[in-house]
Amino acid sequence: MALSEQAAAPTILEMRSITKEFPGVKALENVSLTVQAGEIHAICGENGAGKSTLMKVLSGVYPFGTYDGDIVYQGKVVRFRDIVASEAAGIVIIHQELALIPELSITENIFLGNEPRRFGVINWVEAKKRAIDLLARVGLEDDPDTQIKNIGVGKQQLVEIAKALNKNVKLLILDEPTAALNEADSQHLLDLILGLKGRGIASIMISHKLNEIEQIADSITIIRDGHTVETLNVKADGVDEDRIIRGMVGRVLENRFPERTGEIGEVFFEVKNWVVQHPLTNERMVVKDSSFTVRRGEVVGFAGLMGAGRTELAMSIFGRSYGTFISGELYKDGKRIYARNVSEAIDNGLAYVSEDRKALGLNLLDDIKDSVVAAKLHKIAPGQVINHVEEYNVAEAYRKSLRIKTPTVDEGVNKLSGGNQQKVVLAKWLFTDPDLLILDEPTRGIDVGAKTEIYGIIRDIAAQGKGVILISSELPELLGVSDRIYTIFEGTITNNLPASEATPETLLKSMTSAKKKVNN
Amino acid sequence: MSAPDTAKPAFRFRDLSKMFGGGQSSGRQVGILGALVVIVILFQILTDGLTLDPTNLINLVNQNAYVLILAIGMVMVIIAGHIDLSVGSVAAFVGIVVATSMVSWNFPPIVAMLLGLVIGAIIGAWQGFWVAYVGVPAFIVTLAGMLIFRGANQFFGNSNTVTVPDGFTFIGNGFIPDFGPAFGYSNGTLILGLLVIIALVWQEIRQRRTQSLMGAESAPVWVSVTKVVLLVLVAGGATYLFATGRLGTSYPVSGIILGVLVLLYSFITRNTTFGRHVYAVGGNWHAAELSGVKIKRINFLVMMNMSILASVAGMVGVARAGASGPGDGTGWELDAIAAVFIGGAAVAGGIGTITGSIIGGLVIAVLNNGLQLLGVSNDKVQIIKGLVLLVAVGIDVYSKRQGKPSLIGFLTRKRPGSSDDAPTSGSAPLDRPSVEPTGAPAESSSRPSSITPNV
Repeated sequence: MALSEQAAAPTILEMRSITKEFPGVKALENVSLTVQAGEIHAICGENGAGKSTLMKVLSGVYPFGTYDGDIVYQGKVVRFRDIVASEAAGIVIIHQELALIPELSITENIFLGNEPRRFGVINWVEAKKRAIDLLARVGLEDDPDTQIKNIGVGKQQLVEIAKALNKNVKLLILDEPTAALNEADSQHLLDLILGLKGRGIASIMISHKLNEIEQIADSITIIRDGHTVETLNVKADGVDEDRIIRGMVGRVLENRFPERTGEIGEVFFEVKNWVVQHPLTNERMVVKDSSFTVRRGEVVGFAGLMGAGRTELAMSIFGRSYGTFISGELYKDGKRIYARNVSEAIDNGLAYVSEDRKALGLNLLDDIKDSVVAAKLHKIAPGQVINHVEEYNVAEAYRKSLRIKTPTVDEGVNKLSGGNQQKVVLAKWLFTDPDLLILDEPTRGIDVGAKTEIYGIIRDIAAQGKGVILISSELPELLGVSDRIYTIFEGTITNNLPASEATPETLLKSMTSAKKKVNN
Repeated sequence: MSAPDTAKPAFRFRDLSKMFGGGQSSGRQVGILGALVVIVILFQILTDGLTLDPTNLINLVNQNAYVLILAIGMVMVIIAGHIDLSVGSVAAFVGIVVATSMVSWNFPPIVAMLLGLVIGAIIGAWQGFWVAYVGVPAFIVTLAGMLIFRGANQFFGNSNTVTVPDGFTFIGNGFIPDFGPAFGYSNGTLILGLLVIIALVWQEIRQRRTQSLMGAESAPVWVSVTKVVLLVLVAGGATYLFATGRLGTSYPVSGIILGVLVLLYSFITRNTTFGRHVYAVGGNWHAAELSGVKIKRINFLVMMNMSILASVAGMVGVARAGASGPGDGTGWELDAIAAVFIGGAAVAGGIGTITGSIIGGLVIAVLNNGLQLLGVSNDKVQIIKGLVLLVAVGIDVYSKRQGKPSLIGFLTRKRPGSSDDAPTSGSAPLDRPSVEPTGAPAESSSRPSSITPNV
């Protein structure tokens, strides 16, 4: 960082040239971060840019020795072995998925692992007294005996902060703290973070909601593809949303996307007024009255932030495999179709490649050939009896056409690299001979070379006259592969524009605001 | 079937693992098969040849047929990610009803057997309903079933013992009837043995032909030849022993029932869509569901099938004992479960084979039998059996944690630098902490924690 050695305010944290590698992927390369005492420091970047990894390095989730570079905290180089060590030093991280135990009370959660005790016996009177005090500091008026499962997400977030305060926090890390909150709860939380700043507690905040960052952050560090791009001072540099977006999107797109070949045909698949309710929370609609179309030979992109409802929309269409179906209609070639369960969806020519290939896409105990035929087993099993030779030949054909790198198709899928596993999943769904292939984050966690190959496969599928829906968090990928892009924000489709007219800036705007401007 | 490449070394230890079965659990099966052979030889020496005496072998089959029948159903239940604790009680309940139907209601044995199967199917549908469609964990459903059907057995039979007629004991005590010219051997057994040997050879040839059709690399010819020769020797030896027993004895009928069931269910698990779906549900039910597998139906059928096989085991058991009593089948479920786990099934589901479980069951059976022949008291036998189970599964878990398929897998692992090394474990997802040097076994992180794939 080119900041001067002696800044005006004392520095509480300096991360110097942090590099973190995973097998085959460099998640962080020479990332630096400087946080002044008592400031709110925002970290911005696209999904997968390395923000969360950086915070895990800082909080000891990735212990000292698994990364390169130095962490200087309060003037000393620190080497955290685990989270316990970093918390002892006053660095507390609040994850996007809250780490509270639903069946325990607020008090029990605040003091979990940190109970006030004497001779090993918990002093509940003391605990409750302190809990009431902590709750007052975060502005939560609930009874401290209330079970966590009985309070909303907004209040749970406050309990997490109370828990952090109890640990004598000096540097609070918040990972997407408002992602699951409504407007009012978000505002309350932001005010609380500002209040903590008033008491000298510094915060690092990861957020996609740029208006919030603009509102409360003092400085912003932008990370892209595992590199630090720049650090901005909000007031001095006059930062606004457009400035942040420019930093996040940055460089010109490289030529790593295939040519768009093939003709785009007629609209053949339509979703009308699709409404889906959250599986657990009644009256919370995760997909709200969404309608869209897909043409033959067309790759339709879906852009949206995490939790915007992209996956929920896709999975609910694919045999109602997510949430509670409320209403909506599907049409294929002008005829109404029903996909009330997965096998009906498959029979109607739908296919869905999940974003989580290890948990939802593959049985990791299977070998490649078993996996390839898994979604339409009866194609090679006349009379319920599997034809092993046919199975082998099918798998072998896909191995060649998709260039799956493996000695034989008898190899277990758990031995393949991420990119090759993804090709196996693609083969599995191509084998069902779909008309519409829904790809949810098809290039997540795989390296650049394999990504390019996957893009080629996607365009090939489209060129065969099939429809493809591409859900992705990577805007360059959406812009480079899609023909047309929908944006989705909080369960509502907010924009629909040809890829040729879309820019990262316009997409990000529609992904982060509810202003509806659909021009069908 | 090309001739083995002469450039290759003539003997690769790894080829041995190709000798028996394939798939990811084959190493384990070879290991447990080896253990069985060692135990048999050991006891053969310690008992001065009593172990492989015809009379003892017949006892061995008759005494253990019902547990092995249960193991067939149990391994499928365990592959699907469940457990069934009720099989002993179900067997006992079916047994008392069948016995009563013959004694009090004068049902002919064959009708009584059909009745038994129907009752087994009804009980299985009941338990399958709770597991698959209500979503109660199988552990709970079958724990309840264990109590319910034990009680039902005693209620139905007034806690009395009912003696079954001779016509029925045939399936538990009977032998292949003798016929044809007498020259000191049981002709029926000889013919059966011959059929088995032909089947073994044919199976191996067929397998090699399939592999060459696939263009896959077959194991070297010497492996196949050795395998067939070994199997034929074992089958021939067993045939000889069974055929030369005491006059009037031959291969037991319960053994034939077992053999037919093993063949049938091996085919089902290996070659049918249903079998494939059972593995899919146990391996990753999320992925199975998203692939269009009707997981509720699979769970229902697996549980139902278990109870049907429990009814078969119950009837065989009653036929062997000559009577049905209130204490029948006690502890059978645990014997069957132990057999399955010794045979290489995974506690978390997705892994296991019928043959492995049968071999596992035979290990326990031979151990039991040999120790009894040596005059070891029952308390010590139980301790030894417990330790064997623990050590067998312990070795499996340990070797999996090391990233090796098994002890055999460790011995036969590919050396680093060999040309066909597959990339290991792939790219780790960015958001998952993986500080272990090689990463935990992938399957443990991907498997859903719940044991009941329904909500």
